[in-house]
Amino acid sequence: MLIDFFLTLKSHRLPVSIKEYLTLLEALERGVIGPSVEQFYYLARATLVKDESNYDKFDRAFSEFWQGVETIPGIEAEVPLEWLRKQAELVLTEEAKRRIAARGGWEALMETLKKRLAEQSRRHQGGSKWIGTAGTSPFGAWGYNPEGIRIGQERGRNRGAVKVWEAREYRNLDDSVELGTRNLKVALRRLRKFAREGAAEEFDLEGTIQSTAKRTWLDVQMRPERRNTIKVLMFMDIGGTMDEHVRVAEELFSAAKSEFKRLEFFYFHNCLYDFVWRDNRRRHSERTRTWDILHRYPQDYRVIFVGDATMSPYEILQPGGSVEYFNEEPGAVWLKRMTDTYPKCVWLNPEPEQVWGYRQSIGIIRELMKDRMYPTTVAGIEQAMKVLAK
Amino acid sequence: MRFTGSPHYVATEDLMLAVNAAITLQRPLLVKGEPGTGKTMLAVEVARALGLPLLEWHIKSTTKAQQGLYEYDAVSRLRDSQLGDPRVHDIHNYIVRGMLWQAFTSETPVVLLIDEVDKADIEFPNDLLRELDRMEFYVYETRELVRAKHRPIVFITSNNEKDLPDAFLRRCFFHYIRFPDRETMERIVGVHFPGLKKALLREALEVFFELREVPGLKKKPSTSELLDWLKLLVAEDIPPEALRAKDRKTLIPPLHGALLKNEQDVHLFERLVFMNRAKGA
Repeated sequence: MLIDFFLTLKSHRLPVSIKEYLTLLEALERGVIGPSVEQFYYLARATLVKDESNYDKFDRAFSEFWQGVETIPGIEAEVPLEWLRKQAELVLTEEAKRRIAARGGWEALMETLKKRLAEQSRRHQGGSKWIGTAGTSPFGAWGYNPEGIRIGQERGRNRGAVKVWEAREYRNLDDSVELGTRNLKVALRRLRKFAREGAAEEFDLEGTIQSTAKRTWLDVQMRPERRNTIKVLMFMDIGGTMDEHVRVAEELFSAAKSEFKRLEFFYFHNCLYDFVWRDNRRRHSERTRTWDILHRYPQDYRVIFVGDATMSPYEILQPGGSVEYFNEEPGAVWLKRMTDTYPKCVWLNPEPEQVWGYRQSIGIIRELMKDRMYPTTVAGIEQAMKVLAK
Repeated sequence: MRFTGSPHYVATEDLMLAVNAAITLQRPLLVKGEPGTGKTMLAVEVARALGLPLLEWHIKSTTKAQQGLYEYDAVSRLRDSQLGDPRVHDIHNYIVRGMLWQAFTSETPVVLLIDEVDKADIEFPNDLLRELDRMEFYVYETRELVRAKHRPIVFITSNNEKDLPDAFLRRCFFHYIRFPDRETMERIVGVHFPGLKKALLREALEVFFELREVPGLKKKPSTSELLDWLKLLVAEDIPPEALRAKDRKTLIPPLHGALLKNEQDVHLFERLVFMNRAKGA
């Protein structure tokens, strides 16, 4: 039965693994939970779901599965009395046990339960009629019954028996975004050049031994820490057609920011012209001249453009082609200056690679970039980083 | 061993279940949640409730996984060799034990807290896979295998600054501490301020939950901020009436600096209030 549950989760695209499934079985076997659907829900969630953004997906899968189970006829016959008793004793209080004894013991109770199950033809909603309201009622303990009965709580709850998973409280945590920053970071890691520079802070064991042997007194050697010395200039297209790629751009930005210690970041609109800016809210007041960038940052900077390169070809090729102001020199000239100054230069394009061929402007930019345009997929970024790392 | 909350810590049912599952199956429990919802306190309280010693390993961006196991202090050995100290012949003298080693070799079971695992380098969790799974590791310098006498109860907290690798997640139980609802919040406040006047609590919670609803806040106030704020309200002896206004939208609550920690948030909030006042006038 639980295999079906596992498969239901799989079919809802939850990233569950067999190891986690086995953990769940182990937990059930070790009696972590009482015979309660709600506790089973919590346990399954803690075991199988490892990201709160998947909680909602899990809730949906769980309720779908549970409704499926509810329609299976004759399931009550499969509940072995021994098992029920053992499990129920774990959760019932002393008082509850005494009351069960007063009602004629387990066998009598079981009889009553069977009778009630037989009488019942519809699915319980809330279960207050059949089960009694107080959580300490002995019937509350028969939680294995798949009719959605709330069971054996120590404190009487007066809230209605809305099933937790049907409340879907985690709905807004699931933005149905498959977070990809980790993959992006791993891809960006290809761009590394380790060197020791800066203050000597690390103890150099080998150097010390060598030097001590040479000089016959203890000569402690220190060396600078090994760091990623790669320096990156990043230019990101913003606004207009880029709006639909905002998520990819944000992810890429946050991954790059944590991966490269020395990252200079600028925005542009559609194509590179005389000005770029660091803060998009102050794009008109605080601009940086592109000439200044070309002069300030040395040639060993790696340059990454991020943009969809989707615009009218005039915006690249004609003076005054910019949609925002009159530019004296066409964007193509500025791009050429960039690629000339910084030999290590790539363009990442969030548009899918298949459509590149249909957009004239993409073709032009690609030519200007000497064919170094890559899609913003993990594979694409890896390729781009390989080119930059050479 | 079962955890059922403590006099100082209000645990919801799903949290208790996750803790108990982790205790029974002896697997680590990964706890996430908004800042200030009591992730770190959980380990402290579980240790206290079960009467076990607590070992804390706080992770920083420079922390390496190896530091949790052991470190080889080559410098002092080198110095001892110069001074002719007899200790130098035994390498064991220079192995400094890390938190994991201490937890593994403890005579009693312990609670081990690995705090803010997401602060470390992206490869950090991967380096601890075997250690957390098998609860053993190998010391290369002395060629010995350190194996846990008692598997410690491991709590790992994360603020979601970095994604954790799948292989790591598969070995843990996971719990996301949801922001408490009103009822739970009242219980939490009751635990911390047993003598708080009902009227003040009601008004304060009203203000607090409304403040959380303000759209566009960078950092919503959380449980720990509420508790700080209440402490201030009590210390300053602010009457409940001060928190009440005819139209609550036009009120700037006293000492709101304890709730809003971000300058932009304070500005945003004040602007909203003034806009509402202007509308009302």
